[in-house]
Amino acid sequence: MTDDTTLLANDNATRHATGDGEADVLVRRATANDLPLVIELDGDNTGLHKPDYWGETFHETERHPGQHFLIAESASSDHEFLGFIVGEVRAWEFGSRPCGWILTIGVVHERRVAGVGSALFDAICERFAADGVKTVRTMLARHDQLNMSFFRSQGMMAGSFIELEKPID
Amino acid sequence: MKLQKATRYGLYAVLELAANPDEQLSATDIAAAYGISGNHLAKVLRDLGRAGLVDSARGAGGGYRFSGNARRVTLLDVISLFEDISSDTGSGDGADTEIGRALDLVLGEIDDIARATFGSITIETLLKTMRWRQEREARAAAPDLASPG
Ligand SMILES: CC(C)(COP(=O)(O)OP(=O)(O)OC[C@H]1O[C@@H](n2cnc3c(N)ncnc32)[C@H](O)[C@@H]1OP(=O)(O)O)[C@@H](O)C(=O)NCCC(=O)NCCS
Repeated sequence: MTDDTTLLANDNATRHATGDGEADVLVRRATANDLPLVIELDGDNTGLHKPDYWGETFHETERHPGQHFLIAESASSDHEFLGFIVGEVRAWEFGSRPCGWILTIGVVHERRVAGVGSALFDAICERFAADGVKTVRTMLARHDQLNMSFFRSQGMMAGSFIELEKPID
Repeated sequence: MKLQKATRYGLYAVLELAANPDEQLSATDIAAAYGISGNHLAKVLRDLGRAGLVDSARGAGGGYRFSGNARRVTLLDVISLFEDISSDTGSGDGADTEIGRALDLVLGEIDDIARATFGSITIETLLKTMRWRQEREARAAAPDLASPG
């Protein structure tokens, strides 16, 4: 958890101390101006360039409470873009009580392993808690060691659901 | 999932030492804390020393210290020093039959999940998760004392 999370005026932005002398991170709601950088970073991470998808995601999250599209930027005057996280509250899916889902996260390569991902995770959990949910969930490829290690480091463990699938021929 | 005795002792030693980075603990100290055989643990500690995960200091007050990188060493790294938990499918009597292969698919799925799980939990993550759980339990036991946030 971040030690120093101060609610700032406007836009529900939160400030997160990353520790170890690293610069603080500001986490705030995304604006349309952030989309080009998000699209580029997501393209690097996934190998897919999907501007339409991100445009739609942005408009959806703007419209629906319980959907969160957050941006991390450096708290210094340059407001350097550091990363993003997207998540939403889903209710009664697969018979599950309402819980917060993290759908995707990305941190700029040069700014990794410096607490930005943890700040984004903490920020979205705070928003989920304010939405009234008590559990946060995500889904990962089993062999995705980086994301697995990251989410485990946030204290996440296997939940009571398991994903099953089958090719349909 | 059942791990061999040496593997479990290896995990106890690594986790106990990493949880107390400022202390040097002897094999006897650790063995007493977990109620396990000191002789067996001494051998396990030698294996961990050869793998560079623990350091031993000689002389009075000598003991062991964790010398790996707790943020990067995973449970799988420790386990692999003592046993091979990779799938043993496709071999053995009956494996080359339709039913043998179907059964191996299920066993392989379970092994795969086990390896991915052990491989994604670092020593630091396990200790951190343990501390969070302790804090949550303490808060639940004494809700009035819990500080907000
Ligand atoms: C996963 C990711 C978000 C982590 O962001 P980050 O800012 O580097 O994370 P943090 O610095 O807060 O790291 C927190 C913990 O995660 C774990 N972790 C992060 N990067 C790691 C790495 N390269 N190797 C091992 N563990 C790692 C560590 O336990 C770390 O704690 P530590 O710094 O004490 O070692 C980032 O690496 C990323 O964007 N990866 C690509 C994401 C992706 O593939 N997205 C598309 C699908 S969702």
